[in-house]
Amino acid sequence: MSPKFKKSILVCNGSSCLQASKVNLIAEFQAKLKEYNLDNEIQVVQSVCFNKCTLGPNIIIQPENVEYSTVTKEDIDDIIIIHLLNNKIVERLVYNQVYENSGSTKKQYRIALRNCGFINPEVIDDYIEKDGYAALAKCLTEFTPQEVTQQIIKSGLRGRGGGGFPTGVKWDITSKSVADQKYVVCNADEGDPGAFMDRSVLEGDPHSIIEAMAICGYCIGADKGIVYIRAEYPLAIKRLKIALDQAKEYGLLGEKLFGTNFNFEIDIKYGAGAFVCGEETALIHSMEGLRGEPTLKPPFPSVSGYLEKPTNVNNVETFANIPAIINKGADWFASIGTEKSKGTKVFALAGKINNVGLIEVPMGTTLREVIYDIGGGIRDGKKFKAVQTGGPSGGCLTEKHLDLPIDFDSLSAAGSMMGSGGMIVMDEDDCMVSMARFYLEFTVEESCGKCAPCRIGNKRLHEMLTKLCDDKGTLEDLDLLRNLSNVVKDTSLCGLGQTSPNPILSTMQNFYDEYHAHVVDHKCPSGQCKSFMRYYISEQNCIGCVVCARNCPVNAISGEKKQLHVIDQEICIKCGICMDKCKFDAITLN
Amino acid sequence: MAKIKSVEDLKKIKERIEQANQKLIENNNHQKLVEIKVAMATCGIASGARPVMDFLIAELPKRNIVARVKQTGCMGYCYAEPTLEITMPDEKPVVFGYVDLKKADEIIERFIKRGELVDGIIPINYELAT
Amino acid sequence: MDTINITIDNKNFQVPKGSSILDAAKSVGINIPTLCYMHLHDLNTTHKPTGCRICVVEVEGRKNLVPACATECLPGMVIKNQTVRVLNSRKTVLELILSDHPADCLTCPKNGDCDLQSMAQKMGIRHLHYQGEQSTYIKDRSPAIKRDMDKCIGCRRCLTMCNEVQTVGALSAINRGFMSVMAPPFQMNLEDSVCTYCGQCVAVCPTAALTEIDHTAKVIRLLADPTKTVVVQTAPAVRAALGEEFGYAPGTLVTGKMTAALKDLGFDYVFDTDFAADLTIMEEGTELLDRLTRHLNGDPTVKLPLLTSCCPGWVNFFEHQFPDMKDIPSTARSPQQMFGAIAKTYFAEKINVKREDMIVVSVMPCLAKKYECNRDEFKTDGNPDVDYVLSTRELARLIKQASIDFDSLDPAEFDHPMGESSGASVIFGTTGGVIEAAVRTAYEVFTKKKLHKVDFEQLRGMEWIRESTVDFDGTPIKIGIAHGLGNARKLLQDIRDGKSHYHAIEIMACPGGCIGGGGQPLHHGDSNILLARQKALYSEDKSKVIRKSHENPSIIKLYDEFLGKPMSVKAHHLLHTHYFDKSNHVEITKE
Repeated sequence: MSPKFKKSILVCNGSSCLQASKVNLIAEFQAKLKEYNLDNEIQVVQSVCFNKCTLGPNIIIQPENVEYSTVTKEDIDDIIIIHLLNNKIVERLVYNQVYENSGSTKKQYRIALRNCGFINPEVIDDYIEKDGYAALAKCLTEFTPQEVTQQIIKSGLRGRGGGGFPTGVKWDITSKSVADQKYVVCNADEGDPGAFMDRSVLEGDPHSIIEAMAICGYCIGADKGIVYIRAEYPLAIKRLKIALDQAKEYGLLGEKLFGTNFNFEIDIKYGAGAFVCGEETALIHSMEGLRGEPTLKPPFPSVSGYLEKPTNVNNVETFANIPAIINKGADWFASIGTEKSKGTKVFALAGKINNVGLIEVPMGTTLREVIYDIGGGIRDGKKFKAVQTGGPSGGCLTEKHLDLPIDFDSLSAAGSMMGSGGMIVMDEDDCMVSMARFYLEFTVEESCGKCAPCRIGNKRLHEMLTKLCDDKGTLEDLDLLRNLSNVVKDTSLCGLGQTSPNPILSTMQNFYDEYHAHVVDHKCPSGQCKSFMRYYISEQNCIGCVVCARNCPVNAISGEKKQLHVIDQEICIKCGICMDKCKFDAITLN
Repeated sequence: MAKIKSVEDLKKIKERIEQANQKLIENNNHQKLVEIKVAMATCGIASGARPVMDFLIAELPKRNIVARVKQTGCMGYCYAEPTLEITMPDEKPVVFGYVDLKKADEIIERFIKRGELVDGIIPINYELAT
Repeated sequence: MDTINITIDNKNFQVPKGSSILDAAKSVGINIPTLCYMHLHDLNTTHKPTGCRICVVEVEGRKNLVPACATECLPGMVIKNQTVRVLNSRKTVLELILSDHPADCLTCPKNGDCDLQSMAQKMGIRHLHYQGEQSTYIKDRSPAIKRDMDKCIGCRRCLTMCNEVQTVGALSAINRGFMSVMAPPFQMNLEDSVCTYCGQCVAVCPTAALTEIDHTAKVIRLLADPTKTVVVQTAPAVRAALGEEFGYAPGTLVTGKMTAALKDLGFDYVFDTDFAADLTIMEEGTELLDRLTRHLNGDPTVKLPLLTSCCPGWVNFFEHQFPDMKDIPSTARSPQQMFGAIAKTYFAEKINVKREDMIVVSVMPCLAKKYECNRDEFKTDGNPDVDYVLSTRELARLIKQASIDFDSLDPAEFDHPMGESSGASVIFGTTGGVIEAAVRTAYEVFTKKKLHKVDFEQLRGMEWIRESTVDFDGTPIKIGIAHGLGNARKLLQDIRDGKSHYHAIEIMACPGGCIGGGGQPLHHGDSNILLARQKALYSEDKSKVIRKSHENPSIIKLYDEFLGKPMSVKAHHLLHTHYFDKSNHVEITKE
């Protein structure tokens, strides 16, 4: 099979490139190639986004992988003559001469996702081929538990579930608790709206979690592991079960692993999808068969957890990093990232962004890089407005934060949080008040109801935000909203209530003018809140045909035949039927 | 199968896997295989990866292409699901997005058979820690 | 005791190591308000779910406010109880709770006796800044307890009582968030659940979410009916607690005033349940001796230990949870039911009143009694032996409604013949009392010797489970005592496992026995009140001339004139009962 074409021109078909280009580059290239009689040797291919959106339109020429940016119709001749015919580079268009093999231009670095998408998750041999279980073997046969724990401490790995507590330190504390039985728990109760990194890891690389849990068991002195996974993840459960069976069959779980005296087994417990069960004390209660509700810490699970035994709870992504740290060394891991946040972080990019997806970037990558270079910028060429990180517990970051290097501490300092890694991008059409309301709706739904501020406070916050969105708010409401947000944060029992007002507080801080507009100007600047819309009948165009009045479902329109009709704003439900029915363009939306 | 009882055992398994791969090639007249990975996480399956994979498994032998099709987890390109990664013998892997049955057919006919690139390529934008 | 130094509001204090901020503050005279917190000191029950967040304080170095009830003092801790942040938070949280609570205080059964109301008063709430939707639920009426969960503030004291203290498991938190509520499983009615009507949930409920079914209105109507002869009986524990409702110190005996009030209210005959308690001892004691003698003679079919059966909550408990053991408890009816059976036969004949024209009302410290009197086995042709049961609280309400000045009442005596009682019957009202009364009689019958020292101190106290061996003139009789159904469960489990070595066990469903019953004036978590009531009962016992049930002349006369002897056919018919298997067999099939 010899390729028919000698070279290929990959033209980015990402929407921001399309927007930036005034012409159809593919058609232009094809036409020019025909002119030069090259259309049988060189093909033009439309490609998915290159993630260089700010510099679009972008093209890549293969097989040499040279990337050109800001390519216009006028550049096509140069590219054909200089590059395609004479094999030289068009220097002025080069984004980075060698697209492949440089590494530096690649924003993503995959540690936790190193096997996701590469191995068959249902075949243990695929994992072993990629050095699977070598880390466990190394730990058990070459190091003491303390030495392994020290490695993890040295690596600087922090919990990826949201809290950001140093993983090694947690292991160390649990290892020092004295008990006849200890447990390793993997928290796979992923609940943030729009977050799916844990599911992806379990679906794509379940053995890495099994291996990491066994390593953790070795370090803390536990011979039992439990994966607490939400029952809504059937595929992840299926693959995890297959992986557990295979690991048992290979003797990688069970007794005397690698000929040592270390035994380890893993069970699965299912969660019913309650968000609060991601909180570790609530998770433990749920595993015990009790109502999934948090209790006051201390005692921490590392002292008294599952069945009142010392329990180490880590999140899926945290565990996914462990084998890589053991295999490549703590120093390697610690060399990635920022001073206090080491390694990488997986984010689930969602919202008004072109490349919705799962990404993994080194700590310290800026929001701009994530949103524009990897995420491909804002959909439909709209203006970026805010990004919500940390799910319902997080806050909104704005344009002024775009160059903020992302890590645990920088996000907290900016009024948001890392959370589990959800990242929802919003554009100019999104109303911040209504966004805050969306998140509150979620927390109202997910509060367990144990403590009063979360149970009732979030409900009241949601009601107040609804009032604002319905054009019924007053200035006083804004003060009350702020006070109640602070009290709920300050007095709630667990992390859910302690963070649930964050979306309100951060939007009030960054977009106070929008709140102000809702109550003072009675306007929703982004136009998202429907209650602020008004349908009017224009004096010029209305001929009094009564069609609108006849079709109004709530009889909000009145007027005599051949007379100007009027809409009663009190009755109008803003359905828009009158506008559709009017043949004289007499109805306007304001 | 015998249980792994030592580090040596693990190494042996790894060797066995590598040998098996080698043997597969030998069994095919020393012709290297086309490796196709179909992203089959929940997101991929939801957007239609399963019929695409079934199609490939059924069609490739009919069209005399020696290939190994395997399912994998999420590649991260949620915006472009279903996605395939194809590695032609001795070449770098190429990822295709938005693969429906029609596109799969096109990929077999044009990319695998003739080496032409097909619309919908996703440039690899990450580095792996392996 | 080890102490540590802490600072509260810029003052330095030395407090016991390991104490909570709340206890530490209290020990130095600083009061931190609490709402959901409950501490029953002598009953080893602490409830601190940290749910109400009213007791929050500022601790230097902590990001958020912490609940004082459940946060342990650490050396050098700097605590602030009076900052604007703390006070604003408490007030705002209380406003939130009030915003989800009906504002019908004026017509609420707990008006004036509500923890939430007094907290609102204390915090000076004048306006609710945050108002909105209120959570509403279907109201649930059982024979004894009314659930109006609209008034539930989620303190969960009822859960601690129902699940941890009583191990009944009728109530748990269901639903999420704003609609979360304490309810029987699957939101079934209390009546269909395993509820024993012990009423401990009602006794600790800070609001009117859980209240007794009120029968005062019905009783008022019957008192006004000239065709009815209304007889009232009062349980021993009532006299030791009723005074609290009228401002008397806990433990003040108001027997005479109570009797006078009942007469003023218009009851035709004011009798004493104590009379029936003596009767219970005659029957139950005889049954014990019968089983004991047969056991000592080597009869292997005899079921021992004998369990007391005067507590209706306890009867419900074993019918639901230990139905396989329903032949172990004594078959003797409770004093309330013995009273009703004798009143509507023996006494009705005596005064020549037809059964259907006689109404028997009980005043009980108990809510389960409301259910007990409704049991079919205690009815003749549909007419119950006891028609209505009023709790101690309801009697107080009745007296107040009738504008009777309780304080100025001259003490009155119980009527004859069913008002006469021994000291043994008075102590029925406290844990250990029934068995002590039984021992006083059983000893003399068994040994045929006179008992000189009637006070069995070893059977008294507040320990959850107590045991003692009483020497019956050479025969050691092993006695067990449990109060609180959770402790009863432990003893029952031992019997089931064949590990029990007792001859007789007294069980009372409520902590402290009837003095801590679900119908008593609310103790608001102060267990000293229970101790005072207990002391009062023992002192009334001591003050009596007759202190053994079998020496009660009215009882002797009753057997002479009417019943024959204990366990006779007539006695069996009127004074004994049988038990049912009430276990619900819910099968959950796993796929």
